[in-house]
Amino acid sequence: MTNTVIWTIAIITVLGVLLALVLFLVAKKFKVEEDPRIDEVEKVMPGANCGGCGFAGCRAFAEAAVKAPNLDNNYCPVGGNDVMAKVASILGYEVKAKAPQVAVVRCNGTCEARPRVNEYDGFSSCLVKSTLYTGDTGCAFGCLGCGDCVAACQFGALSMDPATGLPVVDESKCTACGACAKACPKRIIELRPQGPRGMRMFVSCVNKDKGPVAKKACASACIGCSLCAKTCTHDAIVVEGNVAYIDPAKCKLCRECEAVCPTGAIHGVNFPKPLDKDAVKARIAERKKKAAEAAKAAEAAKEAAHE
Amino acid sequence: MSKNTFAIGGVHPHDNKIARNCPIEVLPPAPSMFLSVAQHIGAPSVPVVAVGDKVKVGQVIAEPGGFVSAFIHSSVSGTVKSIGPRADLAGRPVTHIEIAVEGDEWLESIDTTDTLITEIPADNKAIIEKIRQGGVVGLGGATFPTHVKLSPPPGSKCERVIINGCECEPYLTSDFRVLLEKGEQVVVGAAILRQVMGNVPCTIAIEENKPEAIAHIREVIAKLGYQGIEVMTMKMRYPQGSEKQLIDAVMHRQVGSGGLPISVGAVVQNVGTALAVYDAVQKNKPIVDNVVTITGECFPKQANLCVRVGTPIRYIIDTLGGMPEDAAKVISGGPMMGKAIANLDAATLKGTSAVLMLTEKQTRRAPESACIRCGKCADACPMGLEPFLLQKLSRIQDTEALEANAAQDCIECGCCLYSCPAHIPLLDIIRTGKGLAMGAIRARAAAAKAAAEAAKK
Repeated sequence: MTNTVIWTIAIITVLGVLLALVLFLVAKKFKVEEDPRIDEVEKVMPGANCGGCGFAGCRAFAEAAVKAPNLDNNYCPVGGNDVMAKVASILGYEVKAKAPQVAVVRCNGTCEARPRVNEYDGFSSCLVKSTLYTGDTGCAFGCLGCGDCVAACQFGALSMDPATGLPVVDESKCTACGACAKACPKRIIELRPQGPRGMRMFVSCVNKDKGPVAKKACASACIGCSLCAKTCTHDAIVVEGNVAYIDPAKCKLCRECEAVCPTGAIHGVNFPKPLDKDAVKARIAERKKKAAEAAKAAEAAKEAAHE
Repeated sequence: MSKNTFAIGGVHPHDNKIARNCPIEVLPPAPSMFLSVAQHIGAPSVPVVAVGDKVKVGQVIAEPGGFVSAFIHSSVSGTVKSIGPRADLAGRPVTHIEIAVEGDEWLESIDTTDTLITEIPADNKAIIEKIRQGGVVGLGGATFPTHVKLSPPPGSKCERVIINGCECEPYLTSDFRVLLEKGEQVVVGAAILRQVMGNVPCTIAIEENKPEAIAHIREVIAKLGYQGIEVMTMKMRYPQGSEKQLIDAVMHRQVGSGGLPISVGAVVQNVGTALAVYDAVQKNKPIVDNVVTITGECFPKQANLCVRVGTPIRYIIDTLGGMPEDAAKVISGGPMMGKAIANLDAATLKGTSAVLMLTEKQTRRAPESACIRCGKCADACPMGLEPFLLQKLSRIQDTEALEANAAQDCIECGCCLYSCPAHIPLLDIIRTGKGLAMGAIRARAAAAKAAAEAAKK
């Protein structure tokens, strides 16, 4: 009886030692050499695995960043400049600070502005809806309202406003990962620089139809009238394909375009004061008057010099 | 009971052919007609008229924009009022030629009499050219230019022409009425088609729910004394009218993934196309009108109308007494594959087969519940696909897996959706996945072409 117990313990012990030895040797022989910096980089990443950087997740980003010769093509929009500075210090690279971005919904076709011309009762998905037809309003470019962007957002930054039927971005939660912009079949959502203290101007419409058609479909559509582009003194607005676009790099936030837009398609957000349209319009008129006077004076001077 | 049908999948919806006893009536043109330049698969046509031009019925108003494209003829006589974008049935802007109708003056070259011409010209090339000039496209739904289908690539050989008279979609009766009332023309059209393809045998396939048409066409063939044309009675089954399924049913041959019917020696043409071929070749009459079924239980006046191409849908419905109050959805085509019309001001196309009105109760979708993995969709799929898997892959947009599971072979017949007890909108979701798979295949083909061209240089 005692003998059996002793034998059992001895055999199990010897077997255990032998197998441990085998495992040890195998682990030594087939060890995978991995750059320890990958783990370090992964540790400082946000860990959201959202794919906003273009890689499958934070680990994949770390691997790519360690392999890459510089960090020009690798940027974590969620972590932003802070995280990128940490990554750069681990890898000994330099990183250019990028202006923080935010998702912007470029459609302001609310239920009142954009009357419904038919009813959609199919599968609630913008992608499916867009494969079937142009949407339940007269506008073929605007928001379809099924919330593919909301479903795509991993940070809970988007929600549908039942009153307007449009998605709303919660700027405090938006990480500018770009998932919503990719999910939107109408390409309405754009990543734009946040701007100083969150202040920014943008054209909240992507309708490429000609003015009368666009206006008929939606009261607040950009009709491509070019008033904003003519008013802008910073050369920041281009009108292409019947729709205006404000270049965030050139915009000086003077809000003149917002004041002159006849349909209210241009939006300025996070400004401390509401826009005083009349004051801005008076300012523009004053400037134009002065410019006209100056031109007249210059012409008179020219004529005088001629005589 | 006939046993001729395709091998796998399919469903049997109630056929609801409530307009079957309505003879074809001619609908006078609307005051303003709108002719789309995209009435066929392939490149849109290019308008060759200018605003203010006077046109006659049958006059060319748009020329083909490529090899796979077609002529478009004015369906009315009058003045070109405008050329520009206008919303189509789905609301998408497409270039339309608007014609203000004045009188009804036809081109002199067109034979507008009813005399049946049974003598077929001997020159096949001239026949194909006439079909091309007549703007003939497949009227079964896909609107593929017919002259392209009749010019098979070198090396392939046609062994049988199949005239598709299945009309397996519920409600639709336009092909049935054409078979009954214009059977002679259809048979001559079939004879022309089989001659062009090299005097191969020809099968006119008709489902067994149309016994009058089967008897009538048999009689016509005997009367005209054509050899090599036979009528085949098909078992009722949806989607029998689909090209690949019909080839399987008639010839017991399967078209491979991505293959064309000619790869198994078949050329399939719809009944309406055969009639259009007859008109183009024997009468010099291009496609200016087609038979459209106007139907629906809620619609008091069922009709099979001979409608000029480019008639606004709203005008058709108004002429027949207006939209019934309880109509909730208007569909262009049948209930299985037809598309809901988002814009009633849109005009009919060459390929418009029906305008179907359904009530709220008929169109209501049951709430979706979870997949219970019963496999009914896989049983119903006539292409042998696994819809439950494809919808899952479509939802996560896994292009590679979609292609590996042949999402690109989906014919969008809707059998899966029809049979799903959990009411999952399978087809709606799979259609997006099919788009992804097709996109990947096309991108690869384009890349390969570019690489080949680069290598040549």
